[in-house]
Amino acid sequence: MKQPLLQLENLSARIGTGPRAIRPVDDVSFTINKGETYALLGESGCGKSMTALSILRLLPQPHGRISGGQVRLEDTDLTALPEAEMRQVRGRRIAMIFQEPMTSLNPVLTIGDQIGEMLQQHLQMKGTAKRNRVLELLDAVGIPDVKRRYTEYPHQLSGGMKQRVMIAIALAGEPDLLIADEPTTALDVTIQAQVLELLQKLQRDTHMAILLITHDLGIVAGMADRVAVMYAGQLVEEAVRDRFFTDARHPYSQRLFESLPNVDKRDHALRTIPGFVPILDRDFTGCRFAERCEQAWDTCRIEAPSWEIATDHHHVRCHLEDRNINPPARTTRDDLPLAHATAGTGTGAPLLEVRDLKVHFPIHKGIFKRVVGQVYAVDGVSLDIPEGHTQALVGESGCGKTTVGKGILQLLRPTAGSVQFDNIELTQLKGERLRRRRTDFQFIFQDPYSSMNPRMRVGDIVEEGMIAQEIGNSRQERRQRVDELFAQVGLSPEHAHRYPHEFSGGQRQRICIARALAVNPRLIICDEPTSALDISVQAQILNLLKQLQNELGLSYLFITHNLSVVSYLADRVAVMYLGRIVEEGPVASVLEEPLHPYTRALLSAVPQIDQDSRREIIRLEGDMPSPANPPGGCHFHPRCPDVMPECRENYPGETGSGDHRVRCLLHR
Amino acid sequence: MIMPVILWTDALIFLLVAITTAFALYARRKPHLRAPWRHVVCSRPGSMAVVILCAYIIIGLLDSLHYRLALESNDAGAETHYASEVLSALDALVGPLRTQTEKTYSAPFATHLFTRETIQQPEGGQTREYPRLKYGGRHLQNPAVDARADILRRSGVALAQTLTAGLAVLLLITLWQAHRRQQAFTTMLRTILKRRSEVPWLIIWISLSILALLIFLAANLATAYHVFGTDKVGEDVFYQTLKSIRTGLVIGTLTTLIMLPFAIFMGILAGYARGWIDDVIQYTYTTLSSIPGVLLIAATILMLQVYMANHPELFETTLERADIRLLFLSIILGITSWTGLCRLLRGESLKLREAEYIQAATAFGVRHSKIISRHILPNVMHIVLITVVLDFSGLVLAEAVLTYVGVGVDPTMNSWGNMINSARLEMAREPVVWWSLLAAFLFMFTLVLAANLFSDAVRDAFDPRLRQH
Repeated sequence: MKQPLLQLENLSARIGTGPRAIRPVDDVSFTINKGETYALLGESGCGKSMTALSILRLLPQPHGRISGGQVRLEDTDLTALPEAEMRQVRGRRIAMIFQEPMTSLNPVLTIGDQIGEMLQQHLQMKGTAKRNRVLELLDAVGIPDVKRRYTEYPHQLSGGMKQRVMIAIALAGEPDLLIADEPTTALDVTIQAQVLELLQKLQRDTHMAILLITHDLGIVAGMADRVAVMYAGQLVEEAVRDRFFTDARHPYSQRLFESLPNVDKRDHALRTIPGFVPILDRDFTGCRFAERCEQAWDTCRIEAPSWEIATDHHHVRCHLEDRNINPPARTTRDDLPLAHATAGTGTGAPLLEVRDLKVHFPIHKGIFKRVVGQVYAVDGVSLDIPEGHTQALVGESGCGKTTVGKGILQLLRPTAGSVQFDNIELTQLKGERLRRRRTDFQFIFQDPYSSMNPRMRVGDIVEEGMIAQEIGNSRQERRQRVDELFAQVGLSPEHAHRYPHEFSGGQRQRICIARALAVNPRLIICDEPTSALDISVQAQILNLLKQLQNELGLSYLFITHNLSVVSYLADRVAVMYLGRIVEEGPVASVLEEPLHPYTRALLSAVPQIDQDSRREIIRLEGDMPSPANPPGGCHFHPRCPDVMPECRENYPGETGSGDHRVRCLLHR
Repeated sequence: MIMPVILWTDALIFLLVAITTAFALYARRKPHLRAPWRHVVCSRPGSMAVVILCAYIIIGLLDSLHYRLALESNDAGAETHYASEVLSALDALVGPLRTQTEKTYSAPFATHLFTRETIQQPEGGQTREYPRLKYGGRHLQNPAVDARADILRRSGVALAQTLTAGLAVLLLITLWQAHRRQQAFTTMLRTILKRRSEVPWLIIWISLSILALLIFLAANLATAYHVFGTDKVGEDVFYQTLKSIRTGLVIGTLTTLIMLPFAIFMGILAGYARGWIDDVIQYTYTTLSSIPGVLLIAATILMLQVYMANHPELFETTLERADIRLLFLSIILGITSWTGLCRLLRGESLKLREAEYIQAATAFGVRHSKIISRHILPNVMHIVLITVVLDFSGLVLAEAVLTYVGVGVDPTMNSWGNMINSARLEMAREPVVWWSLLAAFLFMFTLVLAANLFSDAVRDAFDPRLRQH
């Protein structure tokens, strides 16, 4: 029954030469059987993508090369093939789809040409036969109106559509193995659900094997047959899916599960993995995970663990599983760190009141730049944030949630509406008075890599706000405060003299938090502060934010698309769709008993780890309409599974019981 | 007694040197500024280009130290008068090259004039023959026989000197590096010779040795012969090409110095402020770049000529007149060439102002002037630098073309353009006088090639898109 399709035997890859060469893949062996989905799981920098590129011999040139081992595709050794024959393998036997659909398609060729090229290359198809096959493929990946799409260009398609086209291109050569490198990371949850469902359907139809590379445990739980965990260039655990999710043996796998935020962990700090993935430019003597492992003992630091068999088909690279040595007992898991207060602290007095906030961007056209329309990015948003509370704002990309944040901070001037902060109307403030006020509210950006000037030392970056707001009288006083802030966010004061590029993603986000805290704000707007970070680092940042709220009584407006983070951190949550809030209420109530069909679809699309709690996915058709031209009536009606005739007529008013409000005609 | 003369271009050159030195001292302490420069020096073509450019710059700087000699007066109490001729440190250094002028054309290494002359024989009667040169090969008894041997002997001496100097330089480099890295002398020597050192010292040493060979050859031969021949009025062509270096460098660098403030200020302002300010600046540079550059240059230079002709009292020496014309040429070239950089900077600032760290600064209430100087300016400097270095060779070539057309530098000023311009007639002669053109070509070609190699290395080091991981 199980026939091996692809076998990696002690595969190693190197980038660069000499003793400082990076070894992203080090002695990796695994087998993918025909028709199965094999998931490769791990944090960034662990060598997942490099493993995939080594299989296809596409390592970055001229520095990358395969330094040892074999890749066997059925009976052929891919590492020994000449380049000309390797080209026949790529696309024909093994196809690959990449993370970023926006840049993987050639913008000057039509969709039809790009798929047809593969058919011509690998199957020598021409003319009508080629065209018909392209249309078939487009249909197979669920693209509506295929005849029109055939002649369209990539920029005319949405992100989800582009990823479907990428899948169609991959399928064109009828491959035996599809390598999907984070295929849905750049997509929204509802689109992600569509694409994953498509992959599963295609696999059922064509019996191809899938090598799925991801960092998302939820996706692995929904898709994979077998799971391998990669850490620092090595496999550390491999198991059948169900076994992995019920009985993960490697401490790293266990920590990954524990650092996922969810409702049940609300009262505790999240368990984190201290430190970060080591740089792979050296030889390791002991276990590569030892320095981050709570259970490590002397042997772990001296001797590298071997590939132990825990049970059938379950391999672990850990001394704890080694029967020849006597490991100390596994530490019990109930010594979770200190509990935190759950609900908001502080007086609960209203701090921020947003009423009917509108931010419109005019569309200019023609030589005189006449205004021909408006992008209704934010179109009537009302929010209240009491002191010491956390309000979450969720929605898919393009719904205007970041614009709300910038509108509140007056980084973008609102078109209409009022923003009252501590009873002061911010929209009326100008110039110097607004500049002075900026000390009270701060912003933490999504991408810690681009939110710091690469040419300034981090100490100067943190100090900048203090200078602007004239906090601290002398340079010495300010420096002292910088040191305090660094200690507060868990960094050492010596770090102040370094440049941003010397820090990891999590450390940079800590610096950004320190920078925001420097001016003693009362409200911090966090714009997806953890979405660029790995799971274990995300847990560190969430812990820090919670701890700071307890200590300083901060209020947060937490903008995110990650519902599990919301359930862990927020007090109240507002769901946004196309510039308006469609549902708002306490976290428990909104996430447990969602009223609006959009909220329900959003919740159902989130990949769940727990098999039992997995819901039926409510599939949303199509993509979010453009905010320049919102549909009439309820904005959601073209995609709504429960649409009624009157939904097309009127925008629903606010209804609901108590403090759980919804805008939907189903709930009048 | 001498009187120092500071011409306008001299002053600006010294300003440029001061700015560069200040920047170098500042960059030494900033790792992110130092790293790309290190990258430039560590690339092989880059290090070679740096050596050649340094040689040119040293000659150019020596030629920018101007002075006038005091005239000897008979009575001691009288006021000292100064010669009307302005000399430079380079003139003093090359000494006889300037003064050893022949009657007219002579070929490289010739001992006789290029043209026949009618000579009165002492015993009466006239003959037409090639007369001996006044200076070239004057020490030879029998030029037809001795010249070749003499040239070979002098070259041999130069070679020997080069070998000695080359070994000394290698010794010094190795000693210095060994001391800095706390290594044994022999280990360091092996590292350098096997090209394992981070900075390609072997390449630098070879370039220095070739340079030394050229200098020693010139020192040994140029005093006794005209190595590049003489021109129509008998001036040494080698001396002319050396003097032309300063003109080329001035055009290439001062133009940049003049246009940079415009381009940086306007470009960043347009991109950062947007709105009507952006519109005004955009329309200005679009209009300016639509006017043919040559037209503007010709108009300015012709107007300047008329002005100078009407106000002769403002200029004490001919060199001052030529210098003003050179300055105006740089200014007008700068005015016509800032638009390209301005456009680039506007685009980059438009992108940067949306960058999150600029938004973060705005959220802190940092003032606009601070945002521009602390956040935007340092982050567009790589574009400025790449453009400046790339433009340099273009400007050197532009000078030659403009002078050839007749709207370039003053005809009395030594420049490659003027040499090429006069070669127009020389090439039409029979037999052809080819050495002026060749000398100008060789010197200009070496400079432009080195500048291009240097700019490639700079772009590789500074352009974030090309940066290697």
